[in-house]
Amino acid sequence: MNIPRRQFDTLIIGAGGGGLRAALQLSQADAHVAVVSKVFPTRSHTVAAQGGVNAALANVRPDSWHWHMFDTVKGSDYLGDQDAIEYMCRAAPKAVYELEHFGVPFSRLDNGTIYQRQFGGQSMHFGGEQAARTCAAADRTGHAILHSLYQQNIRAKTHFFDEYFAIDLLHNAEGSILGALVLNIATGEKLVIEARTTLLATGGAGQIFRTNTNALINTGDGMAMALRAGIPLQDMEFFQFHPTGIAGKGMLLSEGARGEGGYLVNADGERFMERYAPHARDLASRDVVSRAIVTEVREGRGCGPNKDHVLLKLDHLDSALIRKRLPAIRDTVLTFAGVDLCDTPAPVFPTAHYTMGGIPTNRFGEVVAPIEHGPEERIPGLYAAGECACVSVHGSNRLGGNSLLDIIVFGRAAGNQIIEYLGENRYHQTLDDDCLEPALQRLARWEQPGEGESVDGLRRELTQTMEDHCGVFRTAEVLNEGVDKMLGLQQRMVDVRLRDHSQVFNTARIEALELENLMDVAVATMLSAQQREESRGAHSRIDFPERDDVNWLRHSLYHKASNSVDYKPVRTKPLTVDSFPPKPRSY
Amino acid sequence: MKFSIYRFNPETDAAPYMQDFELSDDRLNEDMMLLDALLLLKAEDETLGFRRSCGEGVCGSDGMNINGRNGLACITPLLGLGSSVTINPMPGLPVVRDLIVDMEQFYKQYRGVRPYLINKDPEPEVEHLQSPAQRDRLDGLYECILCGCCTTSCPSFWWNPDKFLGPAALLQSWRFLADSRDQATDERLANLDGPFKLFRCHTIMNCVEICPKGLNPTRAIGNIKELMVKRSL
Repeated sequence: MNIPRRQFDTLIIGAGGGGLRAALQLSQADAHVAVVSKVFPTRSHTVAAQGGVNAALANVRPDSWHWHMFDTVKGSDYLGDQDAIEYMCRAAPKAVYELEHFGVPFSRLDNGTIYQRQFGGQSMHFGGEQAARTCAAADRTGHAILHSLYQQNIRAKTHFFDEYFAIDLLHNAEGSILGALVLNIATGEKLVIEARTTLLATGGAGQIFRTNTNALINTGDGMAMALRAGIPLQDMEFFQFHPTGIAGKGMLLSEGARGEGGYLVNADGERFMERYAPHARDLASRDVVSRAIVTEVREGRGCGPNKDHVLLKLDHLDSALIRKRLPAIRDTVLTFAGVDLCDTPAPVFPTAHYTMGGIPTNRFGEVVAPIEHGPEERIPGLYAAGECACVSVHGSNRLGGNSLLDIIVFGRAAGNQIIEYLGENRYHQTLDDDCLEPALQRLARWEQPGEGESVDGLRRELTQTMEDHCGVFRTAEVLNEGVDKMLGLQQRMVDVRLRDHSQVFNTARIEALELENLMDVAVATMLSAQQREESRGAHSRIDFPERDDVNWLRHSLYHKASNSVDYKPVRTKPLTVDSFPPKPRSY
Repeated sequence: MKFSIYRFNPETDAAPYMQDFELSDDRLNEDMMLLDALLLLKAEDETLGFRRSCGEGVCGSDGMNINGRNGLACITPLLGLGSSVTINPMPGLPVVRDLIVDMEQFYKQYRGVRPYLINKDPEPEVEHLQSPAQRDRLDGLYECILCGCCTTSCPSFWWNPDKFLGPAALLQSWRFLADSRDQATDERLANLDGPFKLFRCHTIMNCVEICPKGLNPTRAIGNIKELMVKRSL
């Protein structure tokens, strides 16, 4: 076979914050690292994160990692794994200081320390007064972090394969992951990257929903690659709807807007969150605020001619503060809603935002799956970090400011774990040409000539189906119909044809490959949602309105081969402190 | 609305050409951005090539030349473009296909200014302190999204793409020179010495005129020159 091969110690797929943080850790340890990304690294979706990154620095108010841990466990509606959450919250301050040392231009307090703002679901003293834990670079924190990490990787001489698309993981008969087949988008040429270790850091799958806050590239590529490699996806029914996307369009307006003093009002001008969360009000957890908005609209108190949204109000704040702390969302609202937040409220509605579920990993970033001996056996050579992974620190509902933290803490942890593995496994295993066959077939399938369905048409049906059948509130009836529809769409994939078979920068081919990924991830999401008969975090069943810890305090695992869901226990035991047992959750 | 779009696929086309497309008014609305229209066109003709990602002006993927001006398709309202629009790739870089240019030269310039914080002190256990006033100096600099709109609209870059660093890279150079935490001022300035890398800027100011993020590379270049002069005295 005439496909060129390159060998690296580590292959990292995805150049967002998680991939770049891991790459930096590895490059600084003199590992030979290849980062493959379908876009130039600074175009990755980390760039769009706005509000900030959580760490108990206590620069503004007293704080402790233990309070942060409590908030994260409670926010997860007790589905988060408490060992991983303890690890993350303890590691947070150091991880943020490291970012600062890398050059991230954090906003500053008068005493020169990092600025921290209030965010949803944060408290002092285990559920007491509002904390201020979110470290911010104005409202462009993701941009600042992503660019700084890329810059430090330039300094560390990390090897980048920009605009290469990963087709599939390559594994031998024993199940060891040995790299990936990738496609040079600019030339259409295939390349085998052999690696002793492979890290998936491909981000989320927000594009399974029609209206979403995500970039068009967020198509769940790594999750689908894992599924095709026989690895299940965990907790996919938990998809976060961000309370404040611009209504009908989806552009994200950071929780930082409410953290800086903004609030939501309905058509009566009522600050309705006071009814739903008397204590935290507009800074309740995202699942709580999103359900409140949808309820207001359903009960006829929506704003606008169609009564289909609520308003995010900041005009009572000093406009200098808005310009200083929220300049980018002010721009976004000006551009996409045509109003100036300094004097006019913005129309908002809950919008698909974040994939809590993903590839199951432990707190070292190692991918774990049930193989023969228990639910959490390691897949040799395979790691995952960031939104594509499910550690699980977010459980059934992620707190704002914990996603940037997740990528830097677990990107770093995965890097360190890989360094250990590389020390113990010094040589590449043999990768036979036979191992390439499934990945090559995946590509060859799109060379079929002739007429058929279009990629664009099927994708539109997919995203509409997910929006209609897997939204903020769910019922058995709506989900059953959704599963039927999704399986129908999945069957139609064989009839989809490309018209453009050219080699040079064929974006249509990339979109076809992305559609395959979207389809697998969407089916996983819909089926997992259908199976879970309780309401927990972001998964709200009208027909099962209560959380059911007796039957459902467990993680879902969706398997592609059998198209079925099974379960594994939640890790409720932290590393050193006492567990936080499930309690009724109110804000 | 009519669209005249630059097409070139090196596998099949001997030379580039302009192709006309049309979208009927009932498929458009006043809220749409140019990217929305391009996505509609691509749904009909999947061979049309352009980069895109975030759709909200933060990732910098969809820089293109729109009615003679560089800009980002995702934050360019259709309403302001009139009844017909001509779209070309960003000028001054080799075309890979259609509206997709080879940005390697642009990235090379960026890497050439050592775009990373250099601090030689032992790492503190906590953050480096930086006053709000010191931090304010980075505003208008760190927000660059590397879309390439400025550099590819700069005649000095067109003339000396391999020698002049261009506005985007120089903006980043100043971003680190202006950072109170950075300790490589001498090396950075020495690296910019000579007649081309910095001094080919003739303050034509196309960069300022078109930057989709409202940044001012010309001012940053002026600041670097001023710092050089101060240091040489």
